[in-house]
Amino acid sequence: MAELLAVRGLRVDFATDRGPAQVLDGINLDIAAGEVVGLVGESGCGKTTLARAILGILPEGAARIRGGEVRFRGIDLLTQDPATVNDHVRGRAITFIPQDPFSSFSPLFPVGTQIMDLMKWKSPRAREQARPASLFGRYPRARRRADREAVLETLRAVQIPEPARALGRLPHEFSGGQRQRLMIAMALLPEPHLIIADEPTTALDVTIQAQILRLLRALVKERGVSVLFTTHDLGTAHELCDRVVVMYAGQEMEAAPTDAFFGRPAHPYTRKLLASVPGPDGEIRDIPGEVPSLVTPPAGCRFHPRCDHATAECRVERPAPRMLAEGHGVRCHHPVDAPAGADA
Amino acid sequence: MSPDAAPLLELVDLARHFPVRSPFGRRVGWLRAVDGVSLQVRPGETLGLVGESGCGKSTLGKTVMGIYTPSAGEIRFAGREIGRLPARARRAVAKNLQYVYQDPGASLDPRWKIRPLLHEPLLIHSTLTRAERDREVAAILAAVGLPDAHLDLYPHELSGGQQRRVGLARILTLRPRLVILDEPTSGLDVSVQASVLKLFRSLQETFALTYVFISHDLSVVRAMCASIAVMYLGKIVEYGPTTRVFEAPRHPYTQSLLAAVPRIGGRRVTEDFALEGEPPNPRDIPSGCRFRTRCPLVQARCAEEEPALRPVDGRAVACHFA
Repeated sequence: MAELLAVRGLRVDFATDRGPAQVLDGINLDIAAGEVVGLVGESGCGKTTLARAILGILPEGAARIRGGEVRFRGIDLLTQDPATVNDHVRGRAITFIPQDPFSSFSPLFPVGTQIMDLMKWKSPRAREQARPASLFGRYPRARRRADREAVLETLRAVQIPEPARALGRLPHEFSGGQRQRLMIAMALLPEPHLIIADEPTTALDVTIQAQILRLLRALVKERGVSVLFTTHDLGTAHELCDRVVVMYAGQEMEAAPTDAFFGRPAHPYTRKLLASVPGPDGEIRDIPGEVPSLVTPPAGCRFHPRCDHATAECRVERPAPRMLAEGHGVRCHHPVDAPAGADA
Repeated sequence: MSPDAAPLLELVDLARHFPVRSPFGRRVGWLRAVDGVSLQVRPGETLGLVGESGCGKSTLGKTVMGIYTPSAGEIRFAGREIGRLPARARRAVAKNLQYVYQDPGASLDPRWKIRPLLHEPLLIHSTLTRAERDREVAAILAAVGLPDAHLDLYPHELSGGQQRRVGLARILTLRPRLVILDEPTSGLDVSVQASVLKLFRSLQETFALTYVFISHDLSVVRAMCASIAVMYLGKIVEYGPTTRVFEAPRHPYTQSLLAAVPRIGGRRVTEDFALEGEPPNPRDIPSGCRFRTRCPLVQARCAEEEPALRPVDGRAVACHFA
């Protein structure tokens, strides 16, 4: 499959009172065109920071990119002119679905106003316009009409009842599930190549979550959009993704097609993480120890203090990526070769 | 945990209704958050209470705790009605019941060291001397797996997981008999969740605790609870032993709830999940069966007649067609 996004050796530090926290430590990530990739890991492992680094919305001042590249359709976004990235990539070629549909709309304006505001700048038809849209610039009537048609059509696709009337309502008149449907619609409207979905279903109940996941998967497959889906829920990752990448303390540990990831995980961390999901047998297994501080992270592989397989080598040197099978890469000196659950 | 033991907690047709008021303060209706719930919890047992947000499970827990007064029905604790006791008598019962919020660590006063935090409940509810209290606090702290040295630290000097343990220690110092855990693992990562659940289990053994485990996470409830009650809009729709309910759910709501949980290695639920729509507003409950607006098996009878909980295949189900 054609490469859409390739992150190589990305390092990001955050300034803290106790010194710089190394939140991303040489991350590699690949997304092919039309692929749904799950990014899983515990809170604080750097999932959201990676998603923000790709979008180019890291908090200014606090975050510092120390190296690496984010290649999107062959162009390194980190070295591109920021204005070009803003006009052509962010919000257009790459869009975002936030975690919390409750705080992502302004409570003061009807959702229709907010969606049309987005379309004025980011509609696919705006690309054909000679001059980019400006705050006081006109919104050409013909384009506005075409955009409104597209909005209504997309709202129907995300199954919002009575789309034309829905546009006139205020955000509080929608339930959580419906607001998340509106967010998905807004992410699809600019006709992007990549959608970054940051835990889009954690705030929802399971029955609503199942509806939203089904809708999202159907829409992105139908339109051939790639998705980077961050989550800490391994079940939803299994549900939605073609490939899964697991991160721990700012390093990526393993990347594999969904079946191999859950069926034959090779990294000791992946195996322990999967084993800690409560199973039908009622057995509960935790991972002893705590997540390390990112200000003073352990050298080498950051998982080594909690790993049963750790040797002297692991404490010194971060393992290089190693390919075990087609599309299945692992960064471990001692990968395990056994079906899931065999060592638990 | 013998099945014939007298229940420690028994709810009989318990209800809690909240008035709905217009902007001018006039009552315009009732929100029936808990509407006629009967349950039994035996000593040493863990009862799981599951349902989607807004189904009344937290209101039920808080009504049992005495945070809300019941609108109707009875709460019997160790055989005694406690729902309508006068304040003084209610306080005497209070130390037997404890409520654990989502993050027990967040309820620690940041200006107090761990030692006074743990002594405070004993000062209020017991007549122990200082030395006796010290012994008690040390024993509890060891049970939640924290070293003695932590007694002279402030909460912010501990990690999140340790704060959570202190919060639990504070709840346990009074040696409660019934602990209500309200969404104790929501928002936690699976690996942290596993350690928290392990801790709950070991505390249950050490202190002979009885748990009411409120959660929307079905896999956690399955791992922790012997019996389970499924709530929908203030009513129990299915209630019985966890294994039976999980292996062969009989109420259509329980069936959809179980089908909606993503399962690793299983079939993708997004391919065949059927339940449409969202729960109706609890201020405006449908007539007859409350689930009928979303039910795949709905018939004319469901709108007219409210199904009662009746025994079906080793559990109770409130459905005409179970």
